[in-house]
Amino acid sequence: MTNTAAREEILQRIRSAQVPAAVPVVRGYNQKGPGGVELFAERVADYRAIVHTVTNVPEALEALKGKRIVAPEGVPDEWLIDGVTWLREPLSIDELDQADGVLTGCAVAIADTGTIVLDGSEAQGRRALTLLPDYHLCVVRQDQIAASVPEALQLLEPTRPLTFISGPSATSDIELNRVEGVHGPRTLEVLIVI
Amino acid sequence: MARNPVTWLGSPTFPKAAKEALNDTQLRQNLRKATGTIRGRRAAAVAEMTDWEMLRVAGEQIKDDVLARLDTLLVQLEESVTARGGVVHWARDAEEANRIVLDLCRAEQATEVVKVKSMATAEIGLNEALEAGGVQAIETDLAELIVQLGEDRPSHILVPAIHRNRSEIREIFQRRMGVEVSDEPADLAEAARVYLRQKFLTTKVAISGANFAVADTGSIVVLESEGNGRMCLTLPDTLITVMGIEKLVPSWQDLEVFLQLLPRSSTAERMNPYTSVWTGVTPGDGPQNFHLVLIDNGRTATLTDSVGRQALRCIRCSACLNVCPVYERTGGQSYGSVYPGPIGAILTPQLMGDLHDPLAASLPYASSLCGACFEVCPVRIDIPSVLTHLRAEVVEAKGRTAESVAMSAAAWIFREASRYEKAQKAGSLARFLAKDGKITSLPWPGSKWTSSRDVPAPPSESFRAWWRKNRCQE
Ligand code: SF4
Repeated sequence: MTNTAAREEILQRIRSAQVPAAVPVVRGYNQKGPGGVELFAERVADYRAIVHTVTNVPEALEALKGKRIVAPEGVPDEWLIDGVTWLREPLSIDELDQADGVLTGCAVAIADTGTIVLDGSEAQGRRALTLLPDYHLCVVRQDQIAASVPEALQLLEPTRPLTFISGPSATSDIELNRVEGVHGPRTLEVLIVI
Repeated sequence: MARNPVTWLGSPTFPKAAKEALNDTQLRQNLRKATGTIRGRRAAAVAEMTDWEMLRVAGEQIKDDVLARLDTLLVQLEESVTARGGVVHWARDAEEANRIVLDLCRAEQATEVVKVKSMATAEIGLNEALEAGGVQAIETDLAELIVQLGEDRPSHILVPAIHRNRSEIREIFQRRMGVEVSDEPADLAEAARVYLRQKFLTTKVAISGANFAVADTGSIVVLESEGNGRMCLTLPDTLITVMGIEKLVPSWQDLEVFLQLLPRSSTAERMNPYTSVWTGVTPGDGPQNFHLVLIDNGRTATLTDSVGRQALRCIRCSACLNVCPVYERTGGQSYGSVYPGPIGAILTPQLMGDLHDPLAASLPYASSLCGACFEVCPVRIDIPSVLTHLRAEVVEAKGRTAESVAMSAAAWIFREASRYEKAQKAGSLARFLAKDGKITSLPWPGSKWTSSRDVPAPPSESFRAWWRKNRCQE
């Protein structure tokens, strides 16, 4: 640790401010929500992401044929259909940048907000994998969809690197209107498996 | 002690700057359009939540708890970040923080760093300090980039280039990037993407702020839209995060409140496109060197003021700017600080800690006290109360006068919303008492005020009531 003097002085100043104890936090807000596949699909689509509800993943991946797609560690073998050039780790920054897209699973999804959360485990890879390719195809199983933000946070391990994704990359910086497509993947496609 | 760069050197007082801004019709048009859009969208995003008020109350209580236990929580944060491979630094003021960051950049032999938008680094004037030390800071947030390339100053917390419309942005991009581009927002975004791509892929050091830091896990949280944040937080070898000491939440569970309050209040979305959470260093994923710089820079002084300290609950959503009738007309730059609008009017003078400074002393008057800011604030900061409290302090600083007595009375009135409403109603009645458009006496509690000055006759409907009817609902 560096600069002990600054640390001690700041902590001392805080103590001498003598802020009185606060009232206990009342968590009267909703812990749950209606949830469900339909709500999740609708909310994801609101961000102008592409959403499909499917029963068979390999069939739904046909459209990837002829493309160079990143597939992180732990992606099920049956997803790795023929006719796609699958890019596997180790991959350099440039290789990721030049890929046509990336196929992942997810850790948790949130129906209320149309959010998918990646935690770097099984079928998700390190964070750069879902950032550099311009197209992200994410497979969400029905049983991974939490109803609300509070429910989702309980299911996550905070010390893993987490990325919450709600629609494609966007900006509100020009006249405060949302425009899709800046630095992150400009196309987000979500397959909900029921 | 060095001057606090939270205000820009040589800025005029608020009324002077505002007068000039009011003559800029283009500016007012841009702001009216942008804030009008966001007001309506925010109202819709909030109306969807049946438990919004409960979330606001929880947000207020969690933040008050943070302020009450700040020393313990900071030490806890330090322990958890250190345990996960991060290094924690402490900075008493802007100068100390800037030196720490510059030394870290030099240790990595970096001459260029990429930056994610951060109010804390803007507040301490980090970019200028780095430049003086030979390190070029590249802003990667679209609006920050517009400000940086336009050699301009920010005018909004969330969208620093809110005062620029699309054709002005086009002009800046063409001039500085040397590219042909249309004024379509999608094309402008594409131009920024191309311009920054190589920087992201090759720069070794990134600097970020933090929206939240979770004391018990050491996790840092950054909310963003474009993916520039993810680029900076993921690709470089070294990440330096600069954060005000009040940005804590005690536990992971507390984020469930703020991840709902912040996106709806700031960009009026159910959720912003990207939120990144990281804890120290993760082998094989993201930066392998992580530094967290905790800055005081006037916060502990603010903490000593029992009324003013609530400003430290602020989560920088900018909702109060977007609803403020004064901000909409004067623009953000009139406030002479990186923190404009209602929050700036109460935060800047407190961080400066010098009410003898003419600009700081003028800021608490940069408001009509209409109360719209309090109504939208996700952590329920009672900005009108703090404003009147600070006005009293300004007057106090000038010496105890009849006006200072009246101001304390006003502060007392504004501290309770109900008292304020009562005073306002009394104010509407007072119109019948006016002679020559001036009131020399008001019924209680306004009488405490008029005992020392003549006030102009108010319109029959109070401004606050009018505003609530006409604008808050938008
Ligand atoms: S004072 Fe409240 S409304 Fe204003 S920016 Fe801070 S949190 Fe948002």
